[in-house]
Amino acid sequence: MAQKINFILNNVELSVESATGKTLLDFIRKDAKLTGTKEGCCREGDCGACTVLIGEIINDELHYKSVNSCLYPIGKVNGKHVVTIEGINSDELTPVQHAYTEENASQCGFCTPGFIISTTGYLLKNDKPNIDSAINAVAGNVCRCTGYVSIKRALNDIVEEMKLYDNSDNVITELISKKYIPEYFSTIKERLKRLEIIELKESNKTLIVGGGTDLYVQREDDLKNEDLVFVSADAAEKIYKEGNSIFITGSTTFQELAHSDVIKELIPNIEEVNKLIASLPIRNSATIAGNIVNASPIADMTIILLTLNTALHLNDNRTVPLREFFLGYKTLAKSETEIIEKIEIQIPEGKTLFNFEKVSKRTHLDIASVNSAFIISLEDKKIVSCGLSIGGVAPIPLFLKETSAYLEGKDLDTETIKGALKIIDKEISPISDVRGSAEYKRLLAKQMFKSHFIKLFPDKISVEDL
Amino acid sequence: MKRDIENHVTGISKFVDDFPTLDGTLEAYLFYSEKAHAEILNIDYASALKSEGVADILTANDIPGENQIGGIIKDEMLFAEHEVEFIGEPIALVIADTKENAKKASNKIVVEYKDLPVVTDPREAYEKGLLIRPPQIFSGGDVDSAWSGCDVVVEGKVDSGGQEHLYLETQASYAVPTDSGLKIYSSTQSPTVVQRTISNVLNIPMHRIEVDVLRLGGGFGGKEDQATIWAVLSALAAYKLNRPVKLVLSRMDDLKITGKRHPYSSDYKIGLSKDGKILAYEVTFYQNAGAFADLSTAILERTLFHAANCYAIPNVKATGISCKTNLPPNTAFRGFGGPQGMFVIEAALHKAADVMGIDVDILQQKNLIADNDVYFYGQKVENAQAVNSWQTADEKFNLDKLKKEVRNFNEQNERFKKGFAVMPISFGISFTNSFLNQASALVHVYTDGSVGVSTAAVEMGQGVNEKIIEVCSRTFSISKNRIKIETTNTTRIANTSPTAASTGADLNGNAAKIACDNILERLKIIAAQELNAKDSEKLSIENEQVYLEGQETDLGWDELIQAAYLSRTNLSSHAYYATPDIYFDRDKNIGSPFAYHVYGTSFITVTVDCLLGIYKFDSVKIVHDFGKSLHRLIDLGQAEGALAQGIGWMTMEELVQSANGELKSNTLSTYKIPDIYSVPDEVIIEFLENSENRFGPFNSKAIGEPPFMYGIGVYFAILNAMKSFDPNLELFYNAPITPEKVLLALYPEVKV
Ligand SMILES: Cc1cc2nc3c(=O)[nH]c(=O)nc-3n(C[C@H](O)[C@H](O)[C@H](O)COP(=O)(O)OP(=O)(O)OC[C@H]3O[C@@H](n4cnc5c(N)ncnc54)[C@H](O)[C@@H]3O)c2cc1C
Ligand code: FES
Ligand code: FES
Repeated sequence: MAQKINFILNNVELSVESATGKTLLDFIRKDAKLTGTKEGCCREGDCGACTVLIGEIINDELHYKSVNSCLYPIGKVNGKHVVTIEGINSDELTPVQHAYTEENASQCGFCTPGFIISTTGYLLKNDKPNIDSAINAVAGNVCRCTGYVSIKRALNDIVEEMKLYDNSDNVITELISKKYIPEYFSTIKERLKRLEIIELKESNKTLIVGGGTDLYVQREDDLKNEDLVFVSADAAEKIYKEGNSIFITGSTTFQELAHSDVIKELIPNIEEVNKLIASLPIRNSATIAGNIVNASPIADMTIILLTLNTALHLNDNRTVPLREFFLGYKTLAKSETEIIEKIEIQIPEGKTLFNFEKVSKRTHLDIASVNSAFIISLEDKKIVSCGLSIGGVAPIPLFLKETSAYLEGKDLDTETIKGALKIIDKEISPISDVRGSAEYKRLLAKQMFKSHFIKLFPDKISVEDL
Repeated sequence: MKRDIENHVTGISKFVDDFPTLDGTLEAYLFYSEKAHAEILNIDYASALKSEGVADILTANDIPGENQIGGIIKDEMLFAEHEVEFIGEPIALVIADTKENAKKASNKIVVEYKDLPVVTDPREAYEKGLLIRPPQIFSGGDVDSAWSGCDVVVEGKVDSGGQEHLYLETQASYAVPTDSGLKIYSSTQSPTVVQRTISNVLNIPMHRIEVDVLRLGGGFGGKEDQATIWAVLSALAAYKLNRPVKLVLSRMDDLKITGKRHPYSSDYKIGLSKDGKILAYEVTFYQNAGAFADLSTAILERTLFHAANCYAIPNVKATGISCKTNLPPNTAFRGFGGPQGMFVIEAALHKAADVMGIDVDILQQKNLIADNDVYFYGQKVENAQAVNSWQTADEKFNLDKLKKEVRNFNEQNERFKKGFAVMPISFGISFTNSFLNQASALVHVYTDGSVGVSTAAVEMGQGVNEKIIEVCSRTFSISKNRIKIETTNTTRIANTSPTAASTGADLNGNAAKIACDNILERLKIIAAQELNAKDSEKLSIENEQVYLEGQETDLGWDELIQAAYLSRTNLSSHAYYATPDIYFDRDKNIGSPFAYHVYGTSFITVTVDCLLGIYKFDSVKIVHDFGKSLHRLIDLGQAEGALAQGIGWMTMEELVQSANGELKSNTLSTYKIPDIYSVPDEVIIEFLENSENRFGPFNSKAIGEPPFMYGIGVYFAILNAMKSFDPNLELFYNAPITPEKVLLALYPEVKV
């Protein structure tokens, strides 16, 4: 099952015969024989040694993002620009490469091309670099040698140097002139427009791929020789408001969600929350719909959406409320071929407060032991409405129906919270696994519940009270 | 010459899996045991052999030589025949046109097992008499009669978990048949061990096997002994099939099959005087060795050597028991058993301080080892920097102020508590097996004045190449750009010791220096002739120019080399270095095994969220004894990297095994190593001034392992923070201190 896929790899137009499910990493290393992109480190999005940049034209502008090529089906680069470390190199070191060299921010060197790509991708994306967001951009890259201190120094040097430039109008031109990227980047936009885009065929209607960040971790062998169903990304606007609802289209990624103004109105700290989920290259690919359908009991975005009145619109015009979507462990109220086209969130009435908690062994780029989201609206001291969800404590991402119902109409005080804790205890049923023992998860779930109140109402509820 | 790092940042640096392969190259996949302990009743290869692309399946029957890869103790077979003793134990090697096909075929091999009892706990193994070798005891003074003189005696149990190396480049080897034998491209820290083991397994002499190492994508000890098997397997296949064979592990297989840092369970008893002097210390280490010896016995010995860390204790008895369990053979990992030993004495002091009601740093400081003290195994202390490091750290960072800041913070905060700890270190440098402390170097000066240097050192990110360039450039006084470090190759440098024990730059740097000096002597004679000077002693080279009695002459490096060549001077030198004055008597367990010690002190502050049981590392401030650093940036990088690994070992890196010996944390998503957000907010590393070291090239000191141990302090800082949240907290010493352990300890009443 091979079909033609047209794209630009670094500075070369390619027309490749391949199954669309083959990973970009295998293509780069085995077919294109470019070995700067590393493999073997994990092939599951957790190390970043395989990071590449994908460039595409959106609203007539060329945009780049970093992705993990080990989880990226080659079909998804159809009509796009793929940049590997070889495509960044020029005769001389770029300022990014120079900074890493000067600070000795590479020891064995295995992780380094990934870091250089992530850092360069960051500059392509941000005309106002600062150290915090720069660190966030490389947080999906793991290094076992340096302890990252020298890498932070290098990033600092890079950010400081970038600040010297006035780079407001065109980032790409600016970066070319300062030799951060090679000259040929100036031609890419026109060349992409000239590429013949061939519509890709699908061979197996059940292999629906959003970002692929779950599928490729679990089932690469089933996918790599197939022509997959890619969730359409055609919508003009991915997230929009209509009437009393917010609509999120099926191909919307975590990163797109976190930067949406519509979402920020509802969840003001969504960008901060987003940083606790996976890493930037994963967030650049992973979709909200994929997070829901994957049905992991600790799926972060799903846990957040469960607190809201959310419904899923499927491609056969069926609509399923999210809270009724999960029937059991990885069993869904959806057939294998149904695709989520849109996710609808009803905007709650009145002023709401939102909090999200996540605890994992490592704070970032880790799957939660337990996570929890809470939304609440108050009138005076009374809880008018609320929604509580907790992940990692049941076979499904859990909306705590009874606890939420119990809280509604009650006064916001320690009595209420203590009463709710008893109901939580009954509603959850954690099991022991590699992410923690059952007793730990049970305790943690309740501590998180307390934390929601302590964070949202620091004047009213304190640690000592609970 | 482009520096290595310039090739790293451009992705030009190649690792084994990046090498272009020769036509006809086959790929191998290991078929291994899925049982931790079982008898093999029957194996059926029939359908695997018919599987697509398969060239052959090799088993114990295909071994021309010995079915044996054990290094120190010959207890480990290359392929299991009748019994398997850990999950991952090799049974057969499948060779096919692609890795994918080899793996597919291996899935078709059917084994009939009969389960045998599985032991994963070292104490249980000890009780059942399952030992790698009889217990070993190091002692000094007389503990038994010392207890009665102690005012305080505290006893307890300490556990520390294993640790996965997680070198980013997985184990890899590429074997190519040559006219006379084999050439092996291996990602190994021990080229000669690879060569010798292949020779033994194939039953061909060592000179027919050439092992070549360009660089490693990280090693950390994980490729000291455990790279060998992959090289041997690929060599066996290449030899049998007369085709190039490549073997690169997937991450999951690497995590499952290869050994890790040894978990330890230990019992201690410590006795002190009222005023805080440690009078007696007794400790028993139960080392979880895994199924076979590997380097366990040497590692255990280093645990014993470091049982008292940097403290002078008159009466010590340390017993080491290497316990055989059904886990993959555990192996070398940065610190080589030292950290496990040091964690126990630090825990003992922590507990003693708690009982005595004083701050533990007072006990630590009071007992620091000094010149003319004796390490309890008999080595006299010379050139000690323990006190100096501590005092310098106090001067620079102000111990009392740091402690006060933490106290103040804790008085004002309920939910968040800070914890502070000091971690002083002393780490012995030299292989404790004295014979390994030797190295050689081969230096060529080419007629164009460029220089090629071969040594036994393997570059794995620790910067040894750059350091040797530094040594040669300083010795010749020529630009670093002229110097190239060649691959580590057993035909150029024979009988290499592993690049390990932090000794790479010391041993090989010294050997390279001698080789350069040899050539320099000859060059000076030529220069004397050229300049009509009588005495070559009065000549020197500075910045590539010859100086006569301190005056610059017209004779430059290039002309000098030309002249030397034309006058038929040997422009090459092969030189040898062996560390002087070290020995250890293994009958009495007494001696002076280390050339010198490395010292330092760290101050550590953390914050614990006592509601959720999570923590962050605020600051680590270190004064470290680098000697006269050869290369400050490289040394700094080693210290920073080691610190992060130490913190990881103590906190988030948790190996989860099921009772049947199966590794549950077998991916990067379930085994977490520090990421960029795990770095302490503030890391300050100061170089201790005025530390000399006659054993290191240009007075430098070894750096690879010692700073790892600073990470140990994080454990105690977290515990101290917890203690200020709950003064009744029951202290526990069971690393790693994961968020789970923290929360469950803070809220013990919920335990069911
Ligand atoms: C390194 C790493 C870190 C991660 N960290 C986190 C984390 O912190 N928190 C977290 O919650 N998750 C995490 N994940 C899991 C994963 O990224 C998310 O679950 C992600 O949302 C999956 O989305 P996707 O688009 O990539 O799904 P895919 O892999 O494309 O698909 C997942 C499933 O959804 C189906 N599917 C996808 N889109 C649709 C659609 N529109 N309609 C119907 N079915 C669809 C697929 O068929 C498949 O069954 C992580 C994954 C990796 C690899
Ligand atoms: S190989 Fe590790 S993230 Fe892709
Ligand atoms: S430099 Fe070795 S992993 Fe980063």
